[in-house]
Amino acid sequence: MKIKTLSRPVDEYTRERSQDLQVVFHNFDPSLRPMEKAVEYKRALTAAKLEKIFARPFVGAMDGHRDGVSCMAKNPNYLKGIFSASMDGDIRLWDISSRRTVCQFPGHQGAVRGLTVSTDGNVLVSCGTDCTVRLWKVPRPTLEDSSVSSENFIEPAAEYVWKNAFWAVDHQFEGELFATAGAQLEIWNHNRASPVQSFQWGTDSVISVRFNPGEPDILATSASDRSITIYDLRMSSAARRIIMMTKTNSIAWNPMEPMNLTAANEDGSCYSFDGRKMDEAKCVHKDHVSAVMDIDFSPTGREFVTGSYDRSVRIFPYNGGHSREIYHTKRMQRVFCVKYSCDATYVLSGSDDTNLRLWKAKASEQLGVILPREQKKHEYNEAVKNRYKHLPEVKRIVRHRHLPKPIYKALGIIRTVNDSKRRKEDRRRAHSAPGTIVTKPLRQRRIIKEVE
Amino acid sequence: MELSSEDNNLTEKVLPPIEQESDVELETTVKKYLRGEGADLETLKDKKLKTQLASREKLYGKSAKTAAKIEKWLLPAEAGYLETDGLEKTWRVKQTDIANEVDLLSSRNQYDIVLPDFGPYKLDFTASGRHMIAGGRKGHLALVDMMSMNLIKEIQVKETVRDVAFLHNEQFFAAAQKKYAYIYGRDGTELHCLKERGPVSRLRFLKNHFLLASVNKSGQLHYQDVTYGGMVASIRTGKGRTDVMEVNPYNGVVALGHTGGTVTMWKPTSQAPLVQMQCHPGPVSSVAFHPNGHLMATSGKERKLKIWDLRKFEEVQTIHGFHAKTLSFSQKGLLAAGTGSFVQILGDSSGGSSSHNYSRYMNHSMVKGYQIEKLMFRPYEDVIGIGHSMGWSSILIPGSGEPNFDSWVANPFETSKQRREKEVHLLLDKLPPETIMLDPSKIGAMKPSRRKEKQSREEIEAEKEVAIEAAKSTELKKKTKGRNKPSKRTKKKKEMVENAKRTFPEQGHNNTASKKRRIGEDAAAELPASLKRFARKN
Repeated sequence: MKIKTLSRPVDEYTRERSQDLQVVFHNFDPSLRPMEKAVEYKRALTAAKLEKIFARPFVGAMDGHRDGVSCMAKNPNYLKGIFSASMDGDIRLWDISSRRTVCQFPGHQGAVRGLTVSTDGNVLVSCGTDCTVRLWKVPRPTLEDSSVSSENFIEPAAEYVWKNAFWAVDHQFEGELFATAGAQLEIWNHNRASPVQSFQWGTDSVISVRFNPGEPDILATSASDRSITIYDLRMSSAARRIIMMTKTNSIAWNPMEPMNLTAANEDGSCYSFDGRKMDEAKCVHKDHVSAVMDIDFSPTGREFVTGSYDRSVRIFPYNGGHSREIYHTKRMQRVFCVKYSCDATYVLSGSDDTNLRLWKAKASEQLGVILPREQKKHEYNEAVKNRYKHLPEVKRIVRHRHLPKPIYKALGIIRTVNDSKRRKEDRRRAHSAPGTIVTKPLRQRRIIKEVE
Repeated sequence: MELSSEDNNLTEKVLPPIEQESDVELETTVKKYLRGEGADLETLKDKKLKTQLASREKLYGKSAKTAAKIEKWLLPAEAGYLETDGLEKTWRVKQTDIANEVDLLSSRNQYDIVLPDFGPYKLDFTASGRHMIAGGRKGHLALVDMMSMNLIKEIQVKETVRDVAFLHNEQFFAAAQKKYAYIYGRDGTELHCLKERGPVSRLRFLKNHFLLASVNKSGQLHYQDVTYGGMVASIRTGKGRTDVMEVNPYNGVVALGHTGGTVTMWKPTSQAPLVQMQCHPGPVSSVAFHPNGHLMATSGKERKLKIWDLRKFEEVQTIHGFHAKTLSFSQKGLLAAGTGSFVQILGDSSGGSSSHNYSRYMNHSMVKGYQIEKLMFRPYEDVIGIGHSMGWSSILIPGSGEPNFDSWVANPFETSKQRREKEVHLLLDKLPPETIMLDPSKIGAMKPSRRKEKQSREEIEAEKEVAIEAAKSTELKKKTKGRNKPSKRTKKKKEMVENAKRTFPEQGHNNTASKKRRIGEDAAAELPASLKRFARKN
């Protein structure tokens, strides 16, 4: 006869000294956990509510410019600093942690339209409506910088005057070339006073330019004839070109998938394209009610931030049609430029009310050093909320955002307009021979043609 | 994780037969951890959603496999067992024999506490099995720490105590006394007097919902939320006084056994019972639920013990011979039945979950004068607690307790800090009373899409025919005293056929509308050309 009963010696199941960790045992058997789905649902609801309680995205404002902020540039080698330029020619370097100006770069006579930093972080290039391109030497950040509050004024290292006003500038990755957008697209070298190369198509001016992070010789531009063109510096003409219905204000390449680019359009939506096949957009991101002025990708490549003329900043997922987050303040007027910080934690917006604002990318994130158990709890909350976010109670809480009244009303009007259009389309289709009425998907509808 | 899966792929090809057998076992445990079938992704048209769900399903499979492997290799303890060799039967083994074979720590769990003055004792254990509250009929309440056999607190309330129950941990317990139910703290202070319920006969606590359920002498069911004290539901069952109440731990449903032999199941949000089952021809003496929620055992005064499958509401097994006054299921599925001074333990001899065959496993007979009042298996131990008329006892039943506890679910070795943290977490996870339902896995599931398809005309006609036939073939009651005239009978039958026809709307409406249009057109065609403009355009 063999008999065994359960007996648990106490010292195996408790800790020896009070400095030891508590002994923890796991048994993942589902029969020990009745009603686990209901408990998970309750936890998802609590997690959604807690996320809303802790959602405080606004960190601070940097104030010092005397006119609206027109453009910003981030230095990939130094996370704490950001360059910004305003409509009266004032360029400043800010220290984000103390939200103070570190140094100023005076010199431009008119509005500064473009700002960019070379990849090694030494040279700052700016261009403006006074037909000049200026190169500045970026001061090395030393340990005394944060304590010293004196503002230095730096002289330009070089100043090149040209024939026409400039609209945008961008620096090549790992190279010495930078491109300016004006009446034509011009490629410059740091040491030459005149452009090395220049591209032109038609008579319209080029509005924005962006170099590809993966392929250093490829750049995308948008022009005021509503076109988006991709140039290759090694060839003498454009590689691809499409014409859309409305003009594109800004372009950004996805840093993780360098063949994809997203264009911020005047009609309030952003269009993501595959650079190799431009006849159809990969995704249309719709949520802004007014023109989208600027766009920047997160270094993870999974999200991008857009700033729009309708006084709001939105964060979109890279493959999703609607925004995940909207940031707005009563004091923030038209947003002209946005940047995603290089550690994917913050979003900066420069707007017409002369302020740069610093926001958190994830509104309810706990910043600073987090203990591993806290981190695990955050991850668990995120996962359980995502599992149940389709159920109505949880969805209502997760989706809820307070919108400013003009945007809310405008969205309602847009919805009614779209509904009536769709209804009319459906009725037309119902009353005509099947197959005669073909609607193009939105991804293709906004593109007029591809020109070679 | 990825490396181990690669290793698996390599070793899977060169497995000896023993390993292959254990693979089959692993598969059954993997199924348990998968918690049901995977989603059917073929019907999805949305490609993005399809790929996302496919990757998630893969993750579920991986995690189920890891959990199965952990269960196989990493769990610290193994279940108890009682194996006899050859001719000896397990039910002939006495407690004294077990005491000889078993270690010192376990043999401390066999004892008899004799308290003859205070009446039959009812017991309750906390979820971890560490503490026990014993309530004697004549007013003796005792809170005992079972591991150290330490009497924490005992009080004499000087009136009848009909039932005792722990709340969420050992800090609070409830006692159903003569006129009202009371809630006491750990040190015996009376915290609340629950006057609304009236004289309570049974008390049970629903752990996940923090609801204290009770049934009183007039057969009313009360649910009270103990976190804020509000009465969530008071339901008049309408079936009279009942002493039999149990909670199904799987779904939180309360089952009452009535004197007519019915077992009704209740949830707090509805005034009508969820289920009514006719279990026994006579009164139901006791009800017990298996922890997996699929089995229910009921015993009736006609000396039968029936095992029911709750998914199909069908009887699985009947055991004759004794009238079980109290029943209890253990964590491993052993069923204890107590009659008089005799405890019988039944075990499931068939392994599978679909078939159940409960047969004698062990017996224990106590001294003749001890009348058993309540049996309850102690969680996570191979022990059963017996409350009887002369005190309480505890005996060893190998193989009844779950060997491996999870510290985050119920920890018998809890420190006070852990207990406090656990209380906060339990409160955060408190479920609203609306989540009590017969099938708790429905939460978060998709509603089946109800697309009412328009029935074709033939189908409607067929249904109509069937209804008319049914109406024609109903037997009319033969009336007497001159009321059974043939004319009246035919009239009544015609009425019934007309009623059956009336439920189906007229099919002819479309025809008449199209007919009118056609007439109009024909008329227009007949007119001479000059008068065509006067033809009715419909």
